[in-house]
Amino acid sequence: MKKIWWKILCVVLLFYTIIGGLLVKIPNLPVLGETIRNLFFHVGMWAVMMTLFTCSVVQSIRYLSKMNIRYDIYAHNYASTGILFGLIGYATGALWMNYTWADPNAPSYSFSTVARDPKLIGTAIALLIYFAYFILRQSIPDIDKRAKISAVYNIFAFAMLFPTIMIIPRILPSLHPGQEGNPALNFKDVDSTMRLIEYPAFVGWTLLGVWIATLKIRINLIKEKHFIK
Amino acid sequence: MLNKSKILTLFKKDVLLEVRQQYSFYGILLYIVATIFVLFLAIEEPEKEVWNGLFWIIQLFVCINAVAKSFMQESKERMLYFYTISSPVHFVLAKLLFNSLLILLMTALSLILFFAFIGNPVQKLLPFIGLALLGGWSLSLVFTFLAAIAAKAQQNAAIMAVLGFPLIIPQLMLLMKLSNAAFSASLTVHWVDVILLVALDLLVGLLSVILFPFLWRD
Repeated sequence: MKKIWWKILCVVLLFYTIIGGLLVKIPNLPVLGETIRNLFFHVGMWAVMMTLFTCSVVQSIRYLSKMNIRYDIYAHNYASTGILFGLIGYATGALWMNYTWADPNAPSYSFSTVARDPKLIGTAIALLIYFAYFILRQSIPDIDKRAKISAVYNIFAFAMLFPTIMIIPRILPSLHPGQEGNPALNFKDVDSTMRLIEYPAFVGWTLLGVWIATLKIRINLIKEKHFIK
Repeated sequence: MLNKSKILTLFKKDVLLEVRQQYSFYGILLYIVATIFVLFLAIEEPEKEVWNGLFWIIQLFVCINAVAKSFMQESKERMLYFYTISSPVHFVLAKLLFNSLLILLMTALSLILFFAFIGNPVQKLLPFIGLALLGGWSLSLVFTFLAAIAAKAQQNAAIMAVLGFPLIIPQLMLLMKLSNAAFSASLTVHWVDVILLVALDLLVGLLSVILFPFLWRD
């Protein structure tokens, strides 16, 4: 039970996020209204997803340099937890969008314009890459070969993902806030009282994501203990 | 570290194989002709956006089919032989060079066939030809590396498509935006976007050189 402090911190921060996020006084903006509270939940999911995907790539690089199957287990569990948070991010974003962007009189038409949004496409590409990563893994029976080839694909795809996130906003117009960079992270976007909740919320969600990933890793390390050096 | 004559020898080997076993070359050629002919029968004189979309999607599939065999044709025994006589960096650079030339040739052919069968809505011909060649080159680089991954996984071309489509979306979107500019007299082709494409190609080349040695060893 060593290093328990960050788990306690995670629980405390998430309680603070949920209670504070629902009670804090918000600037009552037109269109957004009370839905702005979703910021603490929706944006946090992307922070977790990108953190976990980055962890996954770091573990893939470690696998290629050490050739120890343990790092492969780390890499694919971080990636699968990242996919989970990506899907939750889509769900929270869809709810939010339903109240702010969508035209209630023509839902199907407004969906096709909204789905062309660069942030949505960027995330869709990230999720597709990691779904393809898992399909590639399933297709190779040999454990060492699977670990090596999927590590190579993971690094290649991740290195291509970053230019993608830079390029696509140049091509398409966007309704999404934060056209010039990371939405909700710079100081001009977010009200100062909201920032008091926002940053602890990001840390809390990220810790939760890493916690879930480490639990999955520990289960898989036990399952595969005969193969690990 | 880089030895040009070794890369050239490996490249010549690929060309020689292609010249001796012409079925694959003519196979891709027939693939292009048949697809464009079917398109010609299905639609006549499409709008310029449709023309543009169809052109790039067909380029994508031609590229997957042309590049897929480049690593799969090498049997396990032959790979062992290459392993003893050459280095992975030379090997992958020779493959990238060969596939680039193959796709440039195929792009030129499909451009001619598109102009002949489906009409020519292009306003700025020379920039569009340049763009088509640059786009073909980008596609060939990305899919060459994915072909190496798919060949190691002992999979068919289908997994290449699954692995490659999410990666190629940004480049395709850039290419379509740039070529839309070539279709109308009022829009200008942005040089920044062209430089971005070239930079992406260089990134793919660099990643292939760094990562291929890991795939190469069993």
